[in-house]
Amino acid sequence: MMCCQPSRTRNRACGSALPALLLAFFLVLVVATTVLIFALHLYPAPPPISHDAVLVDRQYDLTLYATGVAFLVAQLGLAYTVVRFCDRGQNARFIGGNVVLEILWTSLTLLVFVSLGVLGQRAWADMRFTPPASGALQVEVTTYQFVYAFRYPGADGKFGRLNPNLVNAPAGNPLGIDPNDPAGGDDIVVPELTIPVNRPVELLLRSQDVVHNFFVRELRFQQDAVPGMVIPVHFTADEIGTYEIVCTQLCGLGHSKMHSLLHVVSQSEFEAFLGRRAISP
Amino acid sequence: MSSEPHRGSPTVYARAGEPEGIFRHYIFSTNHKIIGLQYFFLSLAAVTIGMTLAVLMRFHLAWPAAHLPFLTGGIMTPEQYLALVTMHGTIMVFFVLTTAPQSAFGNYLLPLQIGATDMAFPRLNMLSFWLTLAAFLLVLSAFVVPGGAPISGWTAYPPLSGMGEITGPGEGVGQSLWIASILIFCVGSLLGSINFISTVIDLRATGMTLTRLPLTVWAWFVTAILSLLAFAVLFAAGILLLLDRVAGTSFFLPSGLVVSGELQTRAGGSPLLWQHLFWFFGHPEVYIAILPGMGVVSHILANFSRKPVFGYRAMVFALCTIGLLGFLIWGHHMFVSGMSPYASLTFSLLTLSIGVPSAVKTFNWLGTLWGGKVQFQTPMLFALGFVSFFITGGLSGIFLAQPALDTTLHATYYVVAHFHIVMGVAAIFGIFAATYYWFPKMFGRQMNKALGQIHFWLTFAGAYAIFMPMHFVGIAGGIRRYADSTGAHYLVALQPLQRFMTIAAILTVSAQLLFFYNFVWSMRKGERASANPWSATSLEWATASPPPSDNFAGLPPTVYRAPYEYSVPGAAQDFLPQHLPPGHARPSRQEPGHAG
Repeated sequence: MMCCQPSRTRNRACGSALPALLLAFFLVLVVATTVLIFALHLYPAPPPISHDAVLVDRQYDLTLYATGVAFLVAQLGLAYTVVRFCDRGQNARFIGGNVVLEILWTSLTLLVFVSLGVLGQRAWADMRFTPPASGALQVEVTTYQFVYAFRYPGADGKFGRLNPNLVNAPAGNPLGIDPNDPAGGDDIVVPELTIPVNRPVELLLRSQDVVHNFFVRELRFQQDAVPGMVIPVHFTADEIGTYEIVCTQLCGLGHSKMHSLLHVVSQSEFEAFLGRRAISP
Repeated sequence: MSSEPHRGSPTVYARAGEPEGIFRHYIFSTNHKIIGLQYFFLSLAAVTIGMTLAVLMRFHLAWPAAHLPFLTGGIMTPEQYLALVTMHGTIMVFFVLTTAPQSAFGNYLLPLQIGATDMAFPRLNMLSFWLTLAAFLLVLSAFVVPGGAPISGWTAYPPLSGMGEITGPGEGVGQSLWIASILIFCVGSLLGSINFISTVIDLRATGMTLTRLPLTVWAWFVTAILSLLAFAVLFAAGILLLLDRVAGTSFFLPSGLVVSGELQTRAGGSPLLWQHLFWFFGHPEVYIAILPGMGVVSHILANFSRKPVFGYRAMVFALCTIGLLGFLIWGHHMFVSGMSPYASLTFSLLTLSIGVPSAVKTFNWLGTLWGGKVQFQTPMLFALGFVSFFITGGLSGIFLAQPALDTTLHATYYVVAHFHIVMGVAAIFGIFAATYYWFPKMFGRQMNKALGQIHFWLTFAGAYAIFMPMHFVGIAGGIRRYADSTGAHYLVALQPLQRFMTIAAILTVSAQLLFFYNFVWSMRKGERASANPWSATSLEWATASPPPSDNFAGLPPTVYRAPYEYSVPGAAQDFLPQHLPPGHARPSRQEPGHAG
């Protein structure tokens, strides 16, 4: 039944259907535009490059469908309600509530939200609850205003000791590698991250000054680098290519320029990279 | 807490008489209505500045190379941009979203709605306001000190914020002034919340039981409890941060810090400690901003649907549940901070749980409209706008509540879109609804309806046009707090969306001139309002517009019925005011019935 059409019993003081229809129109427009942009994938995230990223995308899609339906039903429900019950001289119903309805919608939303949360833990657990597979490549990431430095342990597989007293970027030792520790002699320090495809990588995130962040969209992954902490994270990239690393944690006036690259290369190219670096430090 | 209302009129707190002189009456007043208006005008000044800063930021994001004649050098530097980020957030969160819904409207209306002559501690109330004003002036002064305003954002994470100008411009005097301002603001808010809590507990009129409180009062009451607990923690954290800066302590600074090539002598502190303390305040703060709006919207939806609030008790229960859960979910701001990933799991499930009482409120608002006689007065339009934005902003939070998804959306424009819609736009729609609704009570005149409606449509469409595209920028990886929106190569593709949002923002902000014009014009020339122009039920409408100094002209009302008795079957009129004795209406049903 269409309501809100002009009728003789309409309350003249506030009985216009125009605001109701206009509000409904706006709500439908917002819903339609939003659904359309999502459906056409107009502004998508780039394709994922790891198994964990695929899990994240799956959970994202599931959440998008669940909240999308809720968004649609709630906004259009609001639009329908204002049009259906706009003042046309009728009497309002004296209803104080309905306990059955309250229990129903409370349990329903609890079920939906908590289920989403529980399902979403899978991707999170995969990324964060498990140690990296054995044989993972370790790379230490040190951040400071507004630079990333990536350190590979070199041929001995061991990182040299760090000493903050020895940090001296102009002299070529931005991380403060202790020359007295033989393990540090062959460490490789580079401004961009190169890793082999399909091999687990463990990053050890550190910061020298303020809180920074390591974010690669294609990995669906970010982690803060916090001074005073070494934060281990791991992933396995399965797509050769070059991707951008950005800082998402406000770190000072150069924040938006804090930027590096992730090169995912074949195993042979990776070995060539290490070889080049080992010869010319 | 006693559920029995206060017996007799609270003469202890009654004023001896009218304060003498304009100075005492309007400036150093202890009257809750004057103080409420002072808070209101303070937040109006703050929102004007905050909005201007936002437009400057948006302009820079859309056209980073544009020449701005009022800047030295002409082109906005990164530190100037980040100073805008910090100050916009600080001014909006503290001096608008905390000040207007709670301190301004709460102060003005809470005593009226419970039938009291004033707040429990009028002098403390005056002190709260003056502290808030001092805090406001102090934070603004950061703009003009050497180095300028701080660049660490409103979250002020150390070590960036904890070491002085060595970490960046604005981190010297500017950051210290910022902390001092926040500390003073905290004291003002703490005193205010004690006042609100005492007033609700002690000064309710005869017959005003807890289940007869309007939902606005419940909202202000729960918000005051949140303020009391949250601002106390921020106050402590702020002192520690200040000590780190000026006294050489290391609460938030670990050993081995090397800043700009210089080894620092601090040791033993933890940057994460600040984040925990800050968000222990910061998350409840979101609810401090939005709960009063929820109360206002429930109140207004009932009024203009001519129906009781659907599920009054469920609404009260939801408010209290949100208040409680609000203190248990701060960690969802820290999923990628380096906190234990197992803690993230707990915080995630609790955060998703707070979606339940929020959804319950939404369902009950729709239930209130359902079967009503919906009248589209300006306050009602803004209340409906609030519901729409609350739905949108609430649902986008379901993504951020999951650590696996937050790990890709964190610190992107998606987050900016989410919190602007749910705590910015929705809360401001609550403030607009309240302003249009209670303006006649405050000034004895109506605001112009046509101007009000045009203001609503432009703001409603404009706010969606600004903030919906912002989600897509975030999903594509657009990072917030970037002075240069082309900082990473992939951001260049998002520039058209940035421009669209900026144009929408400029238009929407321009539309607010209608509101200011309407407000000022209506104060002097608006149509005269009667004592109860909306045919409403709560006690503030039982007295003159504007109310006399002691609110009820020496005759505090007695309350006989529930707060939302609209369209009671068989009654002579479609609303039964709370102070209407049973003999004057059909006495058979005092409380709203339950539909079978």
